[in-house]
Amino acid sequence: MLGLNSKDKTLFLIVLALTMFAPFLLNPFPEGSELAQFNAGYPDLMQRFVIFGIFAIGFNILFGLTGYLSFGHAAFLGVGSYAGVWMLKLLTMNVVPAIIVSVIFAGLFSAVVGYISLRRSGIYFSILTLAFAQMSFALAYSVLTPITNGETGLQLALNDPRILDFDAADGSLPATNFFGIEMRDGFELALGPWLFTFNFGYYLCAIIMLIAFYISIRIFRSPFGLMLRAVKTNQQRLRFTGKNPKPHTLAAFIISGMYAGLAGGLMVAMDPLAGAERMQWTASGEVVLMTILGGAGTLIGPVLGAGVIKYFENIFSKINDNVLYNWFSFLPDGMQDAFVFMIHPFIGKGWHLTLGIMFMLVVIFLPGGVVEGGQRLRQLFSRRGGSDSAGGASSAKAHPAE
Amino acid sequence: MDAVILQILNGLDKGSAYALIALGLTLIFGTLGVVNFAHGALFMLGAFCAVTLSKIFTISYETIDPVRKDFLGNPLKVETPYIFDWFGPDVGTAMIEWSVPLAILFSIPIMILVGLSMERGLIKYFYKRPHADQILVTFGLAIVLQEIIKYFYGANPIPTPAPPALTGSADFGVLLGFDAGSIIYPYWRLVYFVFAAVIIGGVFAFLRYTTFGMVVRAGMADRETVGLLGINIDKRFTIMFALAACVAGLAGVMYTPINSPNYHMGMDFLVLSFVVVVVGGMGSLEGAVAAGFLLGVLESFASMGEIVSLLPGINQIIIYLVAIIILLTRPRGLMGRKGVMEE
Repeated sequence: MLGLNSKDKTLFLIVLALTMFAPFLLNPFPEGSELAQFNAGYPDLMQRFVIFGIFAIGFNILFGLTGYLSFGHAAFLGVGSYAGVWMLKLLTMNVVPAIIVSVIFAGLFSAVVGYISLRRSGIYFSILTLAFAQMSFALAYSVLTPITNGETGLQLALNDPRILDFDAADGSLPATNFFGIEMRDGFELALGPWLFTFNFGYYLCAIIMLIAFYISIRIFRSPFGLMLRAVKTNQQRLRFTGKNPKPHTLAAFIISGMYAGLAGGLMVAMDPLAGAERMQWTASGEVVLMTILGGAGTLIGPVLGAGVIKYFENIFSKINDNVLYNWFSFLPDGMQDAFVFMIHPFIGKGWHLTLGIMFMLVVIFLPGGVVEGGQRLRQLFSRRGGSDSAGGASSAKAHPAE
Repeated sequence: MDAVILQILNGLDKGSAYALIALGLTLIFGTLGVVNFAHGALFMLGAFCAVTLSKIFTISYETIDPVRKDFLGNPLKVETPYIFDWFGPDVGTAMIEWSVPLAILFSIPIMILVGLSMERGLIKYFYKRPHADQILVTFGLAIVLQEIIKYFYGANPIPTPAPPALTGSADFGVLLGFDAGSIIYPYWRLVYFVFAAVIIGGVFAFLRYTTFGMVVRAGMADRETVGLLGINIDKRFTIMFALAACVAGLAGVMYTPINSPNYHMGMDFLVLSFVVVVVGGMGSLEGAVAAGFLLGVLESFASMGEIVSLLPGINQIIIYLVAIIILLTRPRGLMGRKGVMEE
């Protein structure tokens, strides 16, 4: 099907099922119950899962395949966002042109940045991309204020031209739509105590993410993908065979820049607002974290990483001391206080600490990320099943994190 | 002319900070071959050593003054720092006022300890891993360190003033024969520059004129041969890591009166310091120092009114622009050694 082999087909179908049934899967706890705060099935968060999934998939095409560690990818996301908002302001509230234009602009920008940055490699490449991103961030904040609206951020206004939209504004800002279907619309389904929200915006993002995921599978399995892997493994040997690695790497850089732009475009399609802080290097760091945490160089890893980080960001940061006291209420008073005191630094505002520790542990012990963790677990169990352990281990070593 | 001198002076204090951090980064890279993204966090830790010391000095107990009353008529509560009891009020006041310079002594053992434990506990295991892994793990460590500081000290900048004797400004205008008031420069920035110069000179002298430094330099040139001569080079490199951490910490301690420390100041400096290191040439100590001062001065020139009105926004991006140009035209950096991470 679709030119995928059976293993990839299974993977693709799993991702398809996960994204399509996400409103059910992410809302496992009944409404109003103690655990309802762990539900992640509200539209805003689900949209972020898939949008950052796209971002990380794109980053992975560059970092996972070629090994070039870019610390400036957020700049492309930012450019995409700004281009998207401008389309919404000038052309129409339909999100299609906004998304297309944001991809194009991010692609152009990444072509320029990539052409220059890729003249160096290793840490120099990281620094160059970082320098470009920081430059765009600084400019977006200061000189480019007419385009970016500086610190306030670019947003819609009532007197925007919107030349393709004919309906007269009734004094309120129009909503982004997809040929008439408003992004914020949706319907709710109550099944007993459970409440599931289905949101059009989410499904649009999810379908686009599936397409993006499919393209990334095809890239991974194509001769082009193989060439990128060769760039990572040994560039010198690649040159000896008479191939020039540069065009391929640049193509990978542009593709991943376009993915970032797509993510930026979707972000403004869901919430028409773009700010410069989206381009700051911490934002670039975040996508690096996602990709590494999930497993760089694997197909599903970045999506998982994006999901894990965004989930923690939203859920962990909501847990406060009162919630903790509730959890440990079965303990005697002194111990309850002690437990809350111990956990307190890691929750709420301190979730970044948890993230940092988690990230360090992953880099130190599990360089392949969550995916490698899963593989090791599976190996452990299959070894118990009695198959020859040495063979299993060595074959897993031969194909790291595939 | 006076405007030019003023801009050079203005650039020196920031340049000193860049140079100190970049020096430490280069020391670590040159000896251990590790790219340390947590170096900015070490700078920040140093700054918070100063904050901590001034907090320790002002720990006080409450007594009720039987004579005086506050405005509600209740007996006045008087806070007396413990050090007043221990050293007398005069010395106590002086200690509180001079807490930032005193923090130098306080921070040295702390930073050495932090450096040693960081190297032995984490970096040691990353010698053989690719640079990308080193960047990532130290980046994670930087996040952890700064979140710990944020947990204990909060997210707001904490003002830590310089000693009152050094808070004023010097009028260099008269001294150099220009109009009075044309070149006004705060004393503390001058102190910072002199301090940075002393530290940098000290590190260079240490490397050049001591046997220890000679061995370290030999190790930087050819680690294996030095090892074959029966010298425990790993131990010396670990000490160099601690020294680099100490330099970053001291840079942070003295920087607190210039900019109130907050938990993410390290990250802000780190990005720029990396650019500085790359401009100076990876692995070249002289290059790092020169590039630090150069970029600091360039940055302050770019923020002159005339230049900003000519090229708006240039003050924000000048450092990155210079870095991009240098990396593309002279990949080795200003003073990079041949063969050190050229590809």
